[in-house]
Amino acid sequence: MTGWLELIRDIASGIAFAGGSVFILIGALGLLRLPDFWARLHAAGIIDTLGAELMLVGMMFQAGWSQATVKLALLGLFIAITGPTATHALANAAFVTGLRPARLAKDESHSFIPVSSTGAETQGRDER
Amino acid sequence: MARPLIFLLVLASLWLALSGLFMTMPLILGLFSCLACLLVSYRMGLLDDRDTQIPNMIRIPAYSGWIALEVIKANIAIAKVILSRRPQIAQQFIRVPSSQKSGFGKALFANSITLTPGTVTVETANGVFLVHALTHDAASPEAFAAMDRLVTATETGQT
Repeated sequence: MTGWLELIRDIASGIAFAGGSVFILIGALGLLRLPDFWARLHAAGIIDTLGAELMLVGMMFQAGWSQATVKLALLGLFIAITGPTATHALANAAFVTGLRPARLAKDESHSFIPVSSTGAETQGRDER
Repeated sequence: MARPLIFLLVLASLWLALSGLFMTMPLILGLFSCLACLLVSYRMGLLDDRDTQIPNMIRIPAYSGWIALEVIKANIAIAKVILSRRPQIAQQFIRVPSSQKSGFGKALFANSITLTPGTVTVETANGVFLVHALTHDAASPEAFAAMDRLVTATETGQT
């Protein structure tokens, strides 16, 4: 019985590892192929989300019902929260310093004029 | 008064989950570290923040499942763009209206937009976000409106 369970577990973690690797490779390829900073942000997003999370899922299958799985699940949760926050910080810094994509199909950013870093901060904060 | 107690409980369970130690001395040290963390949070003013109420947390698991599906769909779409022979990218800055009232709701919506590949929240203002999208498909207003409705339902606890 245990032999079967281990086989199923190995297959499941293998699929997760393979999927994660494919998405990390695609993300790396995107970092090289896409034209500028703004487009490359999205390629990095693929590595951040499905790439990292599928790797963690594969490790969870290997760890089984143990404390390591709890830690891995918490890691996945923290990556899902801090990943987009870091991406937003990068994008916001690029926007405030005036970096723009080479070609824009549509631009509605005129009302968001980055006056100064302190001005942007008070604008984004909601009143208590 | 309930808020610091709940926070202490969450901290203690996190400490137990990460350490896995049930001996007397580590437990005492863990309790002290939780209390120190509580004190620091109190001095930072995090505990009198009315933005998050406990009942709202009930809807978080359902929302997490929905956002996980959206992230997988968006990942496949952007992977197709990267792998195509001539990437069909149409970069754009678009305004996305947000109907959330609390800081927690706004942060959840902005983070959800950034979490799905193809869209990144660049700047926030009152009731509207500036979002950078990689393609026309990623920038569809209907998808943002659907996500906005779900986040507001999660925020208020109503359907």
